Amino acid sequence: MSSRRRFLTAGAAALTGCQNEEPSTSGAHMRAYGERSPHEKPVRVIRELTASKGTGSSRTPLHEIYGIITPSALHYERHHSGVPDIDPAQHTLLIHGLVEKPLVFSVDAIRARPAVSRVYFLECSGNSVGDNRGAPFPDVQGSMGLLSCSEWTGASLRSLLEEAGLKPGAKWVIAEGADNGRMARSIPLEKCLEDTLVVYGQNGEALRPEQGYPLRLIVPGWEGNINVKWLHRLHVAAEPAMSVKETAFYTELMPDGKAQMFTYVMEARSVITRPSGGMKLPVGGGIHEVTGLAWTGKGSIRRVEVSTDGGKTYHDAELQQPVLPQALVRFRYRWQWDGQEAVLQSRCTDETGYLQPTHAEYAAVRGLNSGYHYNAIKPWFVRADGSVKHV
Amino acid sequence: MYSLMLLGALWAQPAGRPATAEEIRARDITVFPNGAGLPAGGGDAVKGAKIYESRCALCHNKRGEGKAGEYPALVGGRGTLATKAPKKTVGSYWPYATTLWDYINRAMPFHQPRMLPPNDVYSVTAYILFLNGIVAETEPMNERTLPAVRMPNRDGFIPDARPDVKARR
Repeated sequence: MSSRRRFLTAGAAALTGCQNEEPSTSGAHMRAYGERSPHEKPVRVIRELTASKGTGSSRTPLHEIYGIITPSALHYERHHSGVPDIDPAQHTLLIHGLVEKPLVFSVDAIRARPAVSRVYFLECSGNSVGDNRGAPFPDVQGSMGLLSCSEWTGASLRSLLEEAGLKPGAKWVIAEGADNGRMARSIPLEKCLEDTLVVYGQNGEALRPEQGYPLRLIVPGWEGNINVKWLHRLHVAAEPAMSVKETAFYTELMPDGKAQMFTYVMEARSVITRPSGGMKLPVGGGIHEVTGLAWTGKGSIRRVEVSTDGGKTYHDAELQQPVLPQALVRFRYRWQWDGQEAVLQSRCTDETGYLQPTHAEYAAVRGLNSGYHYNAIKPWFVRADGSVKHV
Repeated sequence: MYSLMLLGALWAQPAGRPATAEEIRARDITVFPNGAGLPAGGGDAVKGAKIYESRCALCHNKRGEGKAGEYPALVGGRGTLATKAPKKTVGSYWPYATTLWDYINRAMPFHQPRMLPPNDVYSVTAYILFLNGIVAETEPMNERTLPAVRMPNRDGFIPDARPDVKARR
């Protein structure tokens, strides 16, 4: 039988099978909106902070992510008053305060503007409170999972503010969400005019409800909390509002009892995601790919180095291209493990020359009580039995 | 060419529509440290104690002690900020009394935010300040007196000094 003949016969059999609803070997039906394979299990770890639904955080399984993009369904979450259910036809964005023309934008009006798509990381500044205090979670998801990276699509905030017309004296923009607690943050006008986006798209589709559907701010390289979700109001002002989330929270207590305020930028940080805490390597050594993520709120990552001896010596890791500014950067390093105890860690340098500090260097300045913006080097201890633990 | 120019002109049209004064009033809840945004009205801690008991105590406890690990304490912690166990509360940490009014007004009670009328927000604010020993029990809190309240940690904040941590190669 010719191959063409075989194909036709098989096709006819499949058609017949379909009509008779007999078992088929041709696979499952297509799905209008896809799901991953049922064999794939990575999930976020959820921690509710109160008895109130949807208030707390969920952490991205960084050890199970490939490349630099976080699937939208696994993007980390941090909510202060739950996740609102918003009808985009009813939602509007109000711009008022020190502007010539207070304006209301529908979601469709924002979507109709010239679009900008950019890949940016988001990290909660409280990502590693436990590591700061010397009591880290045992794995990278718990320890650093308030970190994700997406392609975001939206309109430039500058274009919206210019349309409203800034009045003299305008120095801050107070962004407010339509969540139940109307969470608000004050943002310096300069950053709003530089690269801040009002986005509706995430990884090619509409924002997920948990990421601020239908509109959120993306403030590149700045702490997660200021990227206000469910955005419904921008109040242009001469002074910051001193809202609860920029005074009582998201300020950093220094050892002398003073607190740093308006600490926006996420400074350069990296972490090895494989192998990492909770994993087990085959006993006896062998060749392993050490891989992880690096990121900085100040431009681009220039260099990532990996140490397998607890920081005594470092080796340059390979950076996955393209390396994008204020996005996650994937690094890889080929490691010949001798089967003995080892301490794996990475450190990164950004385009400003800033080098990621050790815990001791960090704590010498910021102490152990800050809780926010912890970015020190993260060591993983590999035992001779192949188990990987946090140090 | 003409159609391209027309497209350009359409593209440049304002996509937002003018906001009415009523729309702004309905949505604008920002209160600034200088008192801008505070509505007329007033209250005191005596009145606030009763409202607190029915609306706030379930989570924040009888006198602002909070519930460990869940609902933050509102009271206490003075003198702890430079210790190994700092306790950050309204009394020990918050730099502005207006922030307390703004937050209660926009986000509390947690399950029914924005249900308290302005006078009740003034009274609950007064009560929490009273529990912290910052105002007297009968001291009136209103749009003039509240911004003038000096919080104990008013000078406790410093600007961002990054890059403050120096690493060595």
